[in-house]
Amino acid sequence: MKISRDQVEHIALLARLEFSEKELEAFTRQMDNILTYFDKLKEVDTTLVEPTSHAIRVTNVFREDEVKKSIALDLSLKNAPEQEGNCFRVPKIIE
Amino acid sequence: MEYEAIIGLEVHAQLLTKSKIFCSCTTQFGASPNTNTCPVCLGMPGVLPVLNKKVVECAIKTGLALKCEVAPYSVFARKNYFYPDLPKGYQISQYEHPLAKNGYLDIELEGTVKRIGITRVHMEEDAGKLMHEIEGAVTGYSYVDFNRTGVPLLEIVSEPDIRSGEEASIYLQTLRSILRYLEVCDGNMEEGSLRCDANISVRPKGQKEFGTRAELKNMNSFKFVRMALDYEIERQIEVLEEGGTILQEARLFDSKQGITISMRGKEEAHDYRYFPDPDLVPIEPGKDWVEEIKAALPELPQQKKERFTRDYSLPEYDSRILSTSKALADYFEECVRLFPQPKAVSNWIMSELLRLLKKDNREIEECPVSPQQLAALFHVMDKGTISGKIAKQVFEEMYETGSSAEDIVRKKGLTQVSDGAEIETIIAKVLAANPDGVEKYRNGNTKVFGFFVGEVMKETKGKANPKIVNQILQEKLKT
Repeated sequence: MKISRDQVEHIALLARLEFSEKELEAFTRQMDNILTYFDKLKEVDTTLVEPTSHAIRVTNVFREDEVKKSIALDLSLKNAPEQEGNCFRVPKIIE
Repeated sequence: MEYEAIIGLEVHAQLLTKSKIFCSCTTQFGASPNTNTCPVCLGMPGVLPVLNKKVVECAIKTGLALKCEVAPYSVFARKNYFYPDLPKGYQISQYEHPLAKNGYLDIELEGTVKRIGITRVHMEEDAGKLMHEIEGAVTGYSYVDFNRTGVPLLEIVSEPDIRSGEEASIYLQTLRSILRYLEVCDGNMEEGSLRCDANISVRPKGQKEFGTRAELKNMNSFKFVRMALDYEIERQIEVLEEGGTILQEARLFDSKQGITISMRGKEEAHDYRYFPDPDLVPIEPGKDWVEEIKAALPELPQQKKERFTRDYSLPEYDSRILSTSKALADYFEECVRLFPQPKAVSNWIMSELLRLLKKDNREIEECPVSPQQLAALFHVMDKGTISGKIAKQVFEEMYETGSSAEDIVRKKGLTQVSDGAEIETIIAKVLAANPDGVEKYRNGNTKVFGFFVGEVMKETKGKANPKIVNQILQEKLKT
């Protein structure tokens, strides 16, 4: 096995997801399959290829420091599950 | 046992750009909640962040001023964690390839210079603001304002070279001064545009290995940085002395009680799973751009201090105070240009001017007396129109009202009395009124001389020219 059930549970916790026993088993199996497939990819000879996180080589894409109008407040808050006083309302965070 | 503290600081500086780091929303402070937001900084799916060029420029500037190597290749990474002030579920930051690294900052400690290593300088986005109470709202909730989300930050990480709260505070002051000179950050700690966290551990002196460290947060003034670290050093030593162990944890400084408090249990275990952000392309600043920025770097506090000492023959102490802020240094130089007596100008600024500014908690930029006005006061003093003592009164009035020195002197009739005949008359009067004193003096008790000077000054409301008073008084008392 490339991945343990504990690891899957840990990742679920970090992603704030809850799964049933059955789901956990299924995901462990599926993720194991995915990771096993990487062994196949590892067979490709990449000794002369530099590692990258992009498919095409682009660098230095900038915008100038110019202010443009923000969107209307009601639009900003439109996706808020709860709102109050122009703010997004969330469960109490204790400091 | 003797212990030593090992401290490294992480400083976050908000950059003075007009727009946010990855979108065109304004960075202006104090707007109504959530009005400076857009799909990019709200973290909507499918949006594309585009890097603000000015942010890179500020980061390179700062890196160069801190003697860092500017990376030929730099990448943004996603730092994954959940917190309500972070709409995307990750913060765009830098991890493996920061824009600048391996620099240093020299700090001055009672005449000696100590070099503090700079590990790295990287760019990242700020998070939103969480409020736990808002007016008129139900309790039991927290409220999020995303206006600050995406405001550009520089994170400046020092090596663990700092050994005390005092050193940390001086490091932070020196760093702040440089950031302000570079005009990349306004350095306002109260408003949070400059924030400081510390990693701190203690170890028995002579031991090589580091002890377990705690992370200190929420120290929003130089004083609090010093207090929090000094408290934490004592606390950790005490724990070790009693045979306990230090927990690796985050602690908050409580400025009211002057102690640090564990945040244990209030944070999930950190597992940020950094990876390169595929929405943003790598940065390759290139030699030309870096050289261009280097050539345009302003004179920095240390260089200015040295120049003041050399060119104006000022004591080191004066030069250091005058070069703390660029605005103050400019103020001084403008005064000296108009009244070329550097030491006299320096004395006046350091004692009179800074005292009044400090009293009102004002910066030099808000000083009601312009360098031109102050220089005019020096000229009035220099001509002998008023004495130094009266000049202080006049200056306070200039500061309060913004009037010119000449106007105040004229209106209040403060012109110094240098007329010998007039002073002679007053002296005669004073001596006649104090025959005992005169006799004492003539019998060798010269201490009463000061008393007579004081009486003459009282008669003239301080306006008599002290030199002439001394001269005539001496003659009169002899006979």
